[in-house]
Amino acid sequence: MNDVIIRTEELTKHYVLGAETVRAVRGVDLVVERGEFVAIMGPSGSGKSTFMNMIGCLDTPTAGRYWLNGQQVSELSEDELARVRNRAIGFVFQTFNLLPRATALHNVELPLIYAGVGARERRERAAQKLEMVGLGDRMGHKPPEMSGGQRQRVAVARALVNEPALLLADEPTGNLDSVTSEEIMHVLAQLNGEGQTIMLVTHEHDIAGYAKRQVHLRDGIIEQDFLTEAVETRA
Amino acid sequence: MDRSVGAVPVVVPAAADPGRLGAMLVYEIVMVALAAIRANVLRAVLTTLGIVIGVAAVITMVALGEGAQQRVESQIQRMGTNVLTVRPGQQFWGGVSRGDSNMSVEDAEALRDDSNGLLTVAPETSSRLQISYLRWNANNQVVGTWPEYFDMYNHALQVGRFFNQGEVQGRRRVAVLGYNIPTQLGETPAGALVGQTIQIRGIPFEVVGVLEEKGDAAWVRPDDQIFIPVSTALFRVFGGRDRISNIYAATPTPEQLDLAYGEIDRIMRREHRIRPGEDADFNIRNSADLLATFNETNQTFTLLLAGIAGVSLLVGGIGIMNIMLVSVTERTREIGVRKALGATPRAIMFQFMVEALFLCVLGGVLGVGAGFAAADVMTRVAAWDTVVAPEAVLAALGFSAAVGLFFGIWPAHRAARLDPIDALRYE
Repeated sequence: MNDVIIRTEELTKHYVLGAETVRAVRGVDLVVERGEFVAIMGPSGSGKSTFMNMIGCLDTPTAGRYWLNGQQVSELSEDELARVRNRAIGFVFQTFNLLPRATALHNVELPLIYAGVGARERRERAAQKLEMVGLGDRMGHKPPEMSGGQRQRVAVARALVNEPALLLADEPTGNLDSVTSEEIMHVLAQLNGEGQTIMLVTHEHDIAGYAKRQVHLRDGIIEQDFLTEAVETRA
Repeated sequence: MDRSVGAVPVVVPAAADPGRLGAMLVYEIVMVALAAIRANVLRAVLTTLGIVIGVAAVITMVALGEGAQQRVESQIQRMGTNVLTVRPGQQFWGGVSRGDSNMSVEDAEALRDDSNGLLTVAPETSSRLQISYLRWNANNQVVGTWPEYFDMYNHALQVGRFFNQGEVQGRRRVAVLGYNIPTQLGETPAGALVGQTIQIRGIPFEVVGVLEEKGDAAWVRPDDQIFIPVSTALFRVFGGRDRISNIYAATPTPEQLDLAYGEIDRIMRREHRIRPGEDADFNIRNSADLLATFNETNQTFTLLLAGIAGVSLLVGGIGIMNIMLVSVTERTREIGVRKALGATPRAIMFQFMVEALFLCVLGGVLGVGAGFAAADVMTRVAAWDTVVAPEAVLAALGFSAAVGLFFGIWPAHRAARLDPIDALRYE
């Protein structure tokens, strides 16, 4: 049980858009263990991003239950959710979501600021993560002065700086060319190799191929759930 | 699967108050808020303009009021704090007010003679009259009184002498001139006028003395007055009147004023044949009372003006709120990012509150400077007394901070309540 990081039961999300109710996620049961690298696949509208946002505690489910490392998330207060997002989860977004006016270093320091880490330790840890993603020489640069791949690597460094148990990446290569995409995916694969649990949302099969496990969603429910190696063996 | 990794506990145990902001975080958030202001200096300055003007207006208005007050308070000292003024009361005859005074020199004499030496007494009757000397003409207040008057009001002689009691009894045509009179009559130095003859309403008077400069004392300007014996004034100049407008009664020390008050009441009632319990036909007033009335009026005006100025502070606050709402909307994505990275609602709220507060306090500080400058200009250009009271500065700063807090709450609350996922998706 201690190895289970994510457990969802009948996780459901409905949106009300005007008169219409959109049933984005319609009861997903999923278990992810520590150290896994899971790709959530599916066409647009399949509910994969909504599912991911609920896993990341950015969105709250309409129904169903979700345990993050054994704790039921729906029981947490807003402040506790903020702490979970801060300490337990690292986010990488499709659009990077860096603060444009802050330097790379400051962007990476942000989660540490909200964690209450002191200035010196913060700087050291942020610098270390930037070096890890190969941006040791770009710390003072601001996002507009960097390429898309560099920005996404800053985002990865930021996601990892608090040593989160779970790294979530929502279409991390969606805004990148194929070469840069490959770079980023290599970074993620390497992290997973070091033991980092990763959940990735993508609609590209070759990107999903970097993950060890693929969960396909369609119309808000799990259509397929298999290991990538098995596909390769079959092929 | 490698079990050794991700050893950090996933869900942080709930602290006693997980929303509380640590000192470190407070400092960082303040820095973030200041950086946001620095990023848009022009907008910050324009936004604070309303507060600057409001605070400056409050400070200037209060400085004017305070200046007027201090001026009056210094005049009360000059007027003498140990002087009571007896004035005729309102007289009604069948519902119609009789304008005539009912006090005479005899009343003044009774007060002087029957108070066992407690009171120094001087009657006063005055009128604005034409003064001429050689080919010079002036129009001045001519005061008929006793020699005691000079002593009571601490008048000093520049040259010559005061008139004396003998000259009062003899209804002599002698005059003591206020400090400004020689200049007005074209004769300087003042000493040259002593012994000369001036005409008051065409009647020749011998100048016996000229007073030192006195400055304004409340509503009278002794430097522009001419003093003559009351008897001469009543019977030779003003045309047979025997009514006087004021009697001044001074005690050796201010502490004896209460005693003096009773004595004057007793003597005046006796003189005017008013039974105890009946309404008196005269008023006894302390000069301090008169000034207290003036101050009350002054204070009302100051409050009114400061209130109007305060309204502009309010308008400035609304300007701050407006720009803060814009700022929250503009930075919706930033708020989403911060929330995704672990900012609590309280941390976001605090960030925007600090921003609003800082804008207002910045405006307040600039406004205090502008208020000082405006008060200075008023003193130089309009010659109005202004005193910038430290209390007014503190109050204006405090009020502008309160405005910042009050008008910052709503935008900050909106920012704090944003749903992280909606904020992140905001275009």
